Amino acid sequence: MDELYRAIADPTRRAILDELVDRDGQSLFELCGRLTMKHGIGSSRQAISQHLEVLESAGLVIVEREGRYKFHWFNGEPLSAISERWPAHAHRSAES
Amino acid sequence: MRINLSSIPVDDQERALQFYTETLGFKKKHDIPMGKHRWITLVSPEDPDGPELCLEPDEHPAVKPFKTALVEDGIPFTSFAVKDIAAEHKRLESLGVRFTQPPVDYGPVTAAVFDDTCGNLIQIAEGRMG
Repeated sequence: MDELYRAIADPTRRAILDELVDRDGQSLFELCGRLTMKHGIGSSRQAISQHLEVLESAGLVIVEREGRYKFHWFNGEPLSAISERWPAHAHRSAES
Repeated sequence: MRINLSSIPVDDQERALQFYTETLGFKKKHDIPMGKHRWITLVSPEDPDGPELCLEPDEHPAVKPFKTALVEDGIPFTSFAVKDIAAEHKRLESLGVRFTQPPVDYGPVTAAVFDDTCGNLIQIAEGRMG
């Protein structure tokens, strides 16, 4: 679980997940372009690659080879562990 | 000084010539035998006196690992300007061209990336900066 929390603690990594939810199955080039142009994140490809490795080890990003290309896919399944641990129901006042 | 020629390393000159002329629509300008290879250059029909694109054999041992690494990460090393990227994307897809990136709107520019079937990824871009 620590890996998961560490993965989503970083704003650049959250932006990567946002962009993959916008369009799943992106190359490193496409992701870097979106982060630069839409989020003003000017990190190097190498830095983004390292962020992707953290997301991959947390199970939030799946990397798949397709012939000579490599694409990145979002996997939200590990996040369900958070709502299972802390169920997402609203607070109800004891007085009502 | 001006830019008059740029090269693209291709794994098969004849197949490259077919793809770049028949599919992309460029025109052959020079085709000169050079030993086992040819000196082939192309121009855009929209700019026949403009910069030429040379289809260069990718035989040098450093070129293939370089191309492979770029393709793996989805990186285009060459970019062409188009007037209507949505139409061009649709046209090329209908001809069986494989896009690794559909048109993405970056604000000042919309860009897409496809495979040239000769070992390269190519970007096409529609700018809105005049």
